[in-house]
Amino acid sequence: MTSTVSSFFGRLNWDALPITGLIRDPNANEIVANVAAGIVIVGVVAVVGLLTVFRLWGPLWRDWLTSADHKKIGIMYVVFAIVMLARGVLEGVVMRAQQAAGPGDGFLEAEHFAELFSTHGTIMIFFVAVPFVFGIANFVVPLMIGARDVAFPVMNQISLGLTVSAGMMLMVSLVVGEFSTGGWTAYPPYTGAAFNPGVGPDYWIWAIVVSGIGTTLTGINFAVTIYKLRAPGMGFMRMPMYCWTIICSSILIIFAMPPLGVAALLLAADRYLDFHFFTNDLGGNMMNYANLFWLFGHPEVYLLVLPAYGIYSEVFATFSAKRLYGYNSLVIATMSIAIMSFTVWLHHFFTMGQSALINAVFGIATMLIAIPTGVKVYDWMATLWRGRIRFSVPMLYGLSFLMLFVIGGLSGVILANPTVDYQVHNTLFLVAHFHNVLLPGVLFGLLAAYNYWFPKAFGFRLNEFWGRVTVALWTFGFMLTFLPLYFVGLMGMPRRSFSWEDPSFHPYMIVAVIGAMVILAALLSVLVQLWVSIRDRNKTRVPVGDPWDGRTLEWSIPSPPPPYNFAIIPQVTDRDDFAATKERRMAYPTPDAYEDIEMPRNTGIGFILCVLSGIWMFALVWWIWWLAALMTVLIILAIIVWSFDTSTEFIIPAEDVRKEHEAWLALAHSAAAVDRDLEEAPENRGLARPDLEVAT
Amino acid sequence: MKRAPTHSYPGINLGERHASAHKASEVVTFGFWVFLMSDLVYFGLMFATYITMIDAQAGGPGPHELFDLKSIFAQTLILLTSSLTVGLAMLALKYNLPRARIVLWFGVTLALGVSFLVLEMRDFLAMAEKGGIPQRSGFLSAYYGLVPLHGLHVAAGCLWLIVLGVQLRVMGMTDLVISRVMRLALFWHFLDLIWIGIITIVYFGGLTYG
Repeated sequence: MTSTVSSFFGRLNWDALPITGLIRDPNANEIVANVAAGIVIVGVVAVVGLLTVFRLWGPLWRDWLTSADHKKIGIMYVVFAIVMLARGVLEGVVMRAQQAAGPGDGFLEAEHFAELFSTHGTIMIFFVAVPFVFGIANFVVPLMIGARDVAFPVMNQISLGLTVSAGMMLMVSLVVGEFSTGGWTAYPPYTGAAFNPGVGPDYWIWAIVVSGIGTTLTGINFAVTIYKLRAPGMGFMRMPMYCWTIICSSILIIFAMPPLGVAALLLAADRYLDFHFFTNDLGGNMMNYANLFWLFGHPEVYLLVLPAYGIYSEVFATFSAKRLYGYNSLVIATMSIAIMSFTVWLHHFFTMGQSALINAVFGIATMLIAIPTGVKVYDWMATLWRGRIRFSVPMLYGLSFLMLFVIGGLSGVILANPTVDYQVHNTLFLVAHFHNVLLPGVLFGLLAAYNYWFPKAFGFRLNEFWGRVTVALWTFGFMLTFLPLYFVGLMGMPRRSFSWEDPSFHPYMIVAVIGAMVILAALLSVLVQLWVSIRDRNKTRVPVGDPWDGRTLEWSIPSPPPPYNFAIIPQVTDRDDFAATKERRMAYPTPDAYEDIEMPRNTGIGFILCVLSGIWMFALVWWIWWLAALMTVLIILAIIVWSFDTSTEFIIPAEDVRKEHEAWLALAHSAAAVDRDLEEAPENRGLARPDLEVAT
Repeated sequence: MKRAPTHSYPGINLGERHASAHKASEVVTFGFWVFLMSDLVYFGLMFATYITMIDAQAGGPGPHELFDLKSIFAQTLILLTSSLTVGLAMLALKYNLPRARIVLWFGVTLALGVSFLVLEMRDFLAMAEKGGIPQRSGFLSAYYGLVPLHGLHVAAGCLWLIVLGVQLRVMGMTDLVISRVMRLALFWHFLDLIWIGIITIVYFGGLTYG
């Protein structure tokens, strides 16, 4: 890095742009870096251009950016997650290509490869999995519990703003300067100022801190929403399984995000203020970092996977036309996993010097988690058992998950044994393991959710054919890419190596890169499916709102739902309340009276904080102190000024609610009910005929 | 034990006398408890870091050279008194005393909060004169990671007191303002709780084991 620091621009200068490197020394490495930066710039220009050409700035601002509606915030989260997913997948493909380029050094430089695996991990965890999980939760949870919004709609908007601005830092790092080379875990002392004086680790730190604050607020929001806003009659044991998993996930966030914040901020203190928390000298101790980071890191994986378990629970029940088997055991298993996830963090560093006894304790604790997880797998299989199964897209994701996830889980039990871990730690075996749980576990679940709830969000179904193609591509792409890594891992190939020599690895690397191409095709297929579905939307509309013969409350309202969700807050009497109402032939009741509904008004505070925090992070990364100070003051001022706003809500008159609701009821009463054989046909307008025997 | 139906979260509930404000504050106050729980984890980890680094003095000054218990005693008295005054503001709110009474107790709390911060800053400056700066050792880094974090919370609480004092005047006793008063009171008691931890672990613990 450059040594000049100006008072106005901090340490920012022309060397920070990748094009400077390309001009000085054109090679494959620089070309890849410049293409990546180019994609970001072209993407931004294209979005800005399209918005201007189609005059969409106004609607974007009014209907989306300032909206406090949980459904729109949820959709924006998912869009953001998919954009980031595209980048993460592309990086994965480049890394696979580098390792497949044969024994030797490939086409990338070591530093560049290190940046790739650092951004890939950071993006996939913090800016794909987390926003995707909570995007879906945002959309679904209030609908499932019969609420009109989350507990804190404006705070929800702020969470989104902070997550997005932090994600943008990773995009900015492609164009200005470079990202960290320290992996997504950013272990000091390597990431400390002594060994890594550049801007990379600083980009990591501030992106993590700011998105961590956003996530913490989200966790608080959802815990309170589920505790306090459930419809009357919905006791805890009548909540849909998905809500149970979200509340566990929220609890994990509330307790597990602070360790990450502490770890990152202490690292910042080391780097910016010359503190000695994790340095090699003057009493610093990097093991504190490892403990803090994984005290967050392990609960993190469960806060991602539990909601996916919840999604699968809903999907298996709906598409088997059965009640979820073993609800109580699933609740207990979910809670057990949530609690036990705090007792295993040390298995991430068995080899870092603690005694055999401590390793054994944590190894056993880790293996114990497999028990509640196993309970879940059996419950899901028992749900399928003798159900009337439809092989719809979410169900296919679910089946793919069941088979592949068991392999990933078992390889986790293998790794939980410290003696085995000593042999395979830091090899591709580990990489294969966590991709094996995160792809079939988390990503497939989220894609299942996307297919399952899409008609609820937009009023039309996604294309089934392309959906199935996508499932197949993801499944086989995953298997081709990651199953070979188990073998090379056992053969001793270290993870994160930009170069390797042993020719016996080569065939596996070739298979893996072919798999990466299939995954890339799967990503494209997701987009094709969306494109085709939008094109054919008039044939797949489901305005009545229940295309899958759903079981929970969100299916009892129109698709897309009105801003206030429920014209009348439902009175819950059963676990799968909507299914029970349909069985009693009492669905779509005409209410006696309507009431005025109070809804949160639009506000710009989330967007303002998004922009201000983005500039604040950039200023800190580049040591532009005056700007950082200015942004700090502006952020505080923005919050204070906002707190004086008293007209935060507006009233939707009962008359308007009545008109809308009655129009929809008329539609529901006049539409033709379809049975499950016609689920994918244009006749399915979202009114299900509950003509099945009640399977138990 | 069956709770009274009006008791919807721990601590002082406004009760039926304030029907609409009580209802309006139910969800937010409960949410604020959850936030405090999360914030408590931050402090818990900083305490843990301090404990693990108490011996990491690297030849620099340690607790015996640096800590001034007289000043800590004064700060403790001030902060505990401020918790009393903020509690009196809450009681004034609950029992519908004139708004000026709440503002008065807020004013006293603010004065106490600021004096606490002044004394704390004086301590830091005195420590720095003896070479007790965070750059000197892991122990001092942990100290300066924890104690000023609490100070920062007190400063934020002071800013909140000022803003809310203005809102009490400008916006009046709306449900929103009432619920903010209750949350501020919770926050202030929370700062006190952390301070008890700091004198016990950082100062007494430091002097005993450091």
